[in-house]
Amino acid sequence: MTDVIEVQGLTKRYRDIIAVDDVSFTIEKDTIYGLLGRNGAGKTTVMSILTAQNFASSGDIRIFGEKPYENARVLSRMCFVRESQKYPDDAKPVHAFRSARLFFPHWDEAFAQRLISDFQLPQNRRIKKLSRGQLSAVGVIIGLASRAEITFFDEPYLGLDAVARQIFYDRLLEDYSEHPRTVILSSHLIDEVANLIERVLVIDRGRILMDETTDAVRDRACTIVGDADAVDRFISGREVIHRESLGRTTSVTVLGRLGADDRARLAALGLDAAPVSLQQLIVRLTQHAAVDTPDVHATIEEVLR
Amino acid sequence: MIEEGRALFLQIAEGVEDSIIDGSLAEEAQAPSTNELAAFFRINPATAAKGVNMLVDKGVLYKRRGIGMFVAQGAREMLLAERRTVFADRFVEPLIAEARKLGLGPDDLSRLILEHARSHAGTHAEPATTEGASR
Repeated sequence: MTDVIEVQGLTKRYRDIIAVDDVSFTIEKDTIYGLLGRNGAGKTTVMSILTAQNFASSGDIRIFGEKPYENARVLSRMCFVRESQKYPDDAKPVHAFRSARLFFPHWDEAFAQRLISDFQLPQNRRIKKLSRGQLSAVGVIIGLASRAEITFFDEPYLGLDAVARQIFYDRLLEDYSEHPRTVILSSHLIDEVANLIERVLVIDRGRILMDETTDAVRDRACTIVGDADAVDRFISGREVIHRESLGRTTSVTVLGRLGADDRARLAALGLDAAPVSLQQLIVRLTQHAAVDTPDVHATIEEVLR
Repeated sequence: MIEEGRALFLQIAEGVEDSIIDGSLAEEAQAPSTNELAAFFRINPATAAKGVNMLVDKGVLYKRRGIGMFVAQGAREMLLAERRTVFADRFVEPLIAEARKLGLGPDDLSRLILEHARSHAGTHAEPATTEGASR
């Protein structure tokens, strides 16, 4: 697999705040990534640095093997759909699309027109007067129709209703099937995007907490439910990331895959095992990382490997 | 349709296997393409491809260059044999465990199974195939 993005030791400091802390990762060609994490985790900062809209304090970034700053060769191959894109005061969607058509070499006008009608976007109203959802639709349409080799969507769904979000996911998958490209999708709606993304990158407090294929993560944790003593006997020696109790019943989320032996032991102890969704896993891991020392990052990565 | 906690590509592969077992996807018929599976299940095409490739490696599907994937000769028999081997583990073991919890012994269980199998046979001409009701 070719890597289209290589990040080595990236750090971003704002005065005394470290927004991105010595982060290294690579992004594979023609793959859909989920860039997940809490508000303020550093997602937008990473994406703006990669697209040369912000400067790194230190570290090395290569996009298609080159440095992105003031590099038109690289920049015209990338599209960054920001959560709060600013447009000139009197601009209308039709103007935004016209500029996008000039800038992006793979722009597909027919696809853009189809998306405009899918999202029922009024093209000749001033962008300032659009609703939050319609404003998001402008970004989504540019992101999809530009067919850039690397497209960043930074929480593109703000204000979009469930129907519009489904249109976005469906068009993205459809178009990606026909025109494979690299997509980096940052989202809080993890369960909605879990099946779309091939790899998941979780950022927490400026550091990478998880960098895995989505499928590999699906059975890496489970919740054990049953009598408190039996649960404690079963989980001894396992890494516990969450625990809840209701009377005598305890529910504990542990890392690690269950083998046939484990299942037999669960049955013998009268315990149930429930799957953990990607969203639950990430919530638990992030909470777990927050209460522990920073060293927990290493532990989680080891356990998940 | 898609459940949490199990690798998606395995579920996609099992879905195709189920159609071969119940006969809706005949041997030598064209199997759904990666993109069709991705669109139908609303999943990443790479994940769907992983499921399809697993079936190719198993010899359930084979590739005709430039045309697509097809169901191999003998695929149904192979899958039936495989599913029958894991049937006891997947279905009978949990059944016995739950029955024990409720105070039902092996005799009660066999009586229940016979009763239900008879009433089922009354409504269906053929014995029903197992559904992917695993957890």
